[in-house]
Amino acid sequence: MNELQLAPIAASEYAGEVDKLFWVMNALTVVFTIIVIALIAFLAARYRKGTNVDRSNPTTHNTLLEMTWTLPALVLGLGVFTWSSRLFADVYTPPKNAREVFVIGKQWMWHAQHSDGTRENNEIHVPVNNPVKLSMISQDVIHAFYVPEFRIQRHVEPGRYTTMWFTPTRVGKYRVYCNVYCGTQHSEMGGWVVVQSREDFEKWQAGGGGRPFYPGGISSPTGDLSLAQTGATLFRKYQCASCHADGPKASSKGASLVGLYKSLRQLADGSKVVADEGYIRSAILNPNDVRLANSTGSMPAYRGSLSESEVIALIAYIKEIGTGKPLEGGRPDSVAPAANTNSQQWRYMYGGEQYQ
Amino acid sequence: MSTATLKDVGKPHDKVKEPLNYLNATNTIKSWLFTVDHKRIAIMYLVAVSVAFLLGGLAAGMIRVELTVPKGQFLTNDAYNKVFTAHGVIMIFFFLIPAVPAVLGNFILPLMLGARDLAFPRLNLLSFYVYSAALVMGLAAIIGGGVDTGWTFYTPYSSVYSNSNVALTIMAAFVAGFSSIFTGLNFIVTIHKMRAPGMTWFRMPLFAWAMYATSVIIMLGTPVVAITLALVVVERTLGFGIFSPEIGGDPVLFQHLFWFYSHPAVYIMVLPAMGVINEVIAANSKKRIFGYEFVAFSTMAIAVFGFIVWGHHMFATSQSMYLGLVFSVLSFLVAVPSAVKIFNWATTMYKGSVELTSHMLYAFGFLGLFTIGGLTGLYLSSLATDIHLTATYFVVAHFHYVMVGGTAMGFLAGLHFWWPKMTGRMYNEVWGKVSAVLVFLGFNLTFLPQFVVGYLGMPRRYHFYPPEFQLWHVMSTGGAFVLGVGFLLPVVYLIHSLKHGEKAGNNPWRAVGLEWVTTSPPDTHNFHEVPVVTWEAYEYFQESHHGGDVGPSRFPFDDDAVHVSSDEEVHV
Repeated sequence: MNELQLAPIAASEYAGEVDKLFWVMNALTVVFTIIVIALIAFLAARYRKGTNVDRSNPTTHNTLLEMTWTLPALVLGLGVFTWSSRLFADVYTPPKNAREVFVIGKQWMWHAQHSDGTRENNEIHVPVNNPVKLSMISQDVIHAFYVPEFRIQRHVEPGRYTTMWFTPTRVGKYRVYCNVYCGTQHSEMGGWVVVQSREDFEKWQAGGGGRPFYPGGISSPTGDLSLAQTGATLFRKYQCASCHADGPKASSKGASLVGLYKSLRQLADGSKVVADEGYIRSAILNPNDVRLANSTGSMPAYRGSLSESEVIALIAYIKEIGTGKPLEGGRPDSVAPAANTNSQQWRYMYGGEQYQ
Repeated sequence: MSTATLKDVGKPHDKVKEPLNYLNATNTIKSWLFTVDHKRIAIMYLVAVSVAFLLGGLAAGMIRVELTVPKGQFLTNDAYNKVFTAHGVIMIFFFLIPAVPAVLGNFILPLMLGARDLAFPRLNLLSFYVYSAALVMGLAAIIGGGVDTGWTFYTPYSSVYSNSNVALTIMAAFVAGFSSIFTGLNFIVTIHKMRAPGMTWFRMPLFAWAMYATSVIIMLGTPVVAITLALVVVERTLGFGIFSPEIGGDPVLFQHLFWFYSHPAVYIMVLPAMGVINEVIAANSKKRIFGYEFVAFSTMAIAVFGFIVWGHHMFATSQSMYLGLVFSVLSFLVAVPSAVKIFNWATTMYKGSVELTSHMLYAFGFLGLFTIGGLTGLYLSSLATDIHLTATYFVVAHFHYVMVGGTAMGFLAGLHFWWPKMTGRMYNEVWGKVSAVLVFLGFNLTFLPQFVVGYLGMPRRYHFYPPEFQLWHVMSTGGAFVLGVGFLLPVVYLIHSLKHGEKAGNNPWRAVGLEWVTTSPPDTHNFHEVPVVTWEAYEYFQESHHGGDVGPSRFPFDDDAVHVSSDEEVHV
């Protein structure tokens, strides 16, 4: 580091906005602190014991004076609140055109799955100037995905998807930190977000990207499978279709999955929920928690028999059912080098060791 | 009531060489261990919390030394995680929460109210033993293997994954909670029922208001965290699914329950210190606290509103955006009364007669550090900046400004202010001032760099960190050594004063308040006659416009003609 840095690089649209707010708050803090210190120093010096000053009619309360410092403080505070909340509301809801990447956190690594089937550990490649939405879940304890250069973090919780999004505006490699204490190697649970130009990203995608290892022991003889294609393969492998229709031919046993995503579901307990990723995950793993009003309740729970990775692929497929669009294809025949399947990390992440 | 009568209040009945007081009345060890005198219990608490503070400080020193290099100096990952957990657990549960109420509150509150003791003296003794048992349990857990969850015990790490002494540590915190509840109950009943005749609510010193507000929070909040922590143990040992999603629980539920107590706990720690600051600033300015009613009401308002802002610890969790907005605006609102108090304290000096004693310097340190602590809290109440800064060193710096800059400075200010009353001895004032200045400078050197490194993105609870952060960590460690010396000095000169200090008169600071009319140290029963209060709190007079000393008061000063504690002045 050559010069003294006071703020990390601003590598996203949001980062620049947060910095503006931050420096305004810094200015207010410094001004306020100086006022307090100056007031104390002045009063303590002027009215120090023994000084020859007028002490007649000391005031012990003055409502008007108290209001003159309460109200401006209140107004400034609410101003900062409003500014900050508008920024937060923007960064809370991902835009529709965001590129979705699934992230799985576990002690002590990050695993990312792109929709084209690319998988990476402790790195996430994204193209510059394109909004990216991370859908995140943990396999064990609570983690947090934190990228200071984007000025954003979000907890990665077990049992529940959380999302965060950013539009990287600067090509580079930015550190990812786990920012909820998660055990022995918490401080080593890091990684990188690699922001590339569009051309470099496409080159990486076509060749040097992470290798597609499929969850659930499935394989693809011809080229790579996209995430949704992987999901479709798993859908057949687990014989979901014997109860759930994924096409025009309706099955009589279970609810049809055609047009399920984002539809309103009437549950047996009387409540209504939107069928988002979290709902679909629950419906697969713990079907009785979200039993439909007209359901027989005969679907077995897949909790414990499916990994988070498999669930993510299944959700990617189920979201496509009934949209009428062909499934996104995987990458063409891979030119990438074969993965080192003997590595401890590979076996741990894809070899099923973590479920034993 | 005439001046003469008040002077009788602290006057012993008989002419004796060395008047009996609570310290020399009996001398056996048994008389200390089974005492029900609030003053002796306060002294025992002082020894216990000081031990806790020094142990917690030792852990802090280990953390700072370890972090001078990016890859660690001498600890393994697990050892580091256990050391920072030990630091947090010891400092919060065994120093910050009990320090001011159990030591200074215990000693001074009955004296201030004109009472002979707390309402339930035996419960008070029980509170001390329960605290001691909890401290022993906590230290046993830490020394016998350690605990690595962080003081926040987040689930499911604490309830399922951690392989350390979680259950024993949690039980220690659980038991410590009972000692707080006993103290809180005692204070509430004492303030309601034991005030001297004429001591109306709005004649109470503001320290008593602070003790009352604190006790209310303790009574309402502590049971919640106790049950929450017990549930963690239930899940951990019996496997009931409460917080772990693998067995049907919800990990974020823990955070809601935990912060429902632990945010108000910040006020349990800082309101008593604010109470001390009222007394110190009034006595050293010889002025009534500016806006007494406002300060009293804002103390109670903080106690109430402290309970509805817990969600600001959870902006980065799966908590909904709308919940985030509500908790954010409430947090901005609760900050205002605290900010305004700072101005009230500063303007108290207006037309006063300010004495720059060591305790006043500590109080100034409190004002400066708490201002920064409070203002940096706004960065964390603000949603957009919080999701960058939460759980970074910015947060670490912020809460140390509040906890150390607020609570520890307030405790030291109060300890110096009331030390002559508690021990009957004067400490070395020069060393007191040196210590106050060293603590202030050392503190800023330690924690200002942490704001910067926090904004740069340094996460808290990290053993290893990227090399670009090293400069800030080295600065912080350098400051920590200055701070450490500043904290150790009072240990030396205060203990030294016990034997070699000048004898203190009843009222060495020429302060007003009932605790200053009795002897130093007070008699076992506090007052020989129950005082009757006919005056307002902080009744300082300024008769001479120039020269700046206070005029005659109904309160006897040490340099008045009448020294009620010295032999030749004792008349029956």
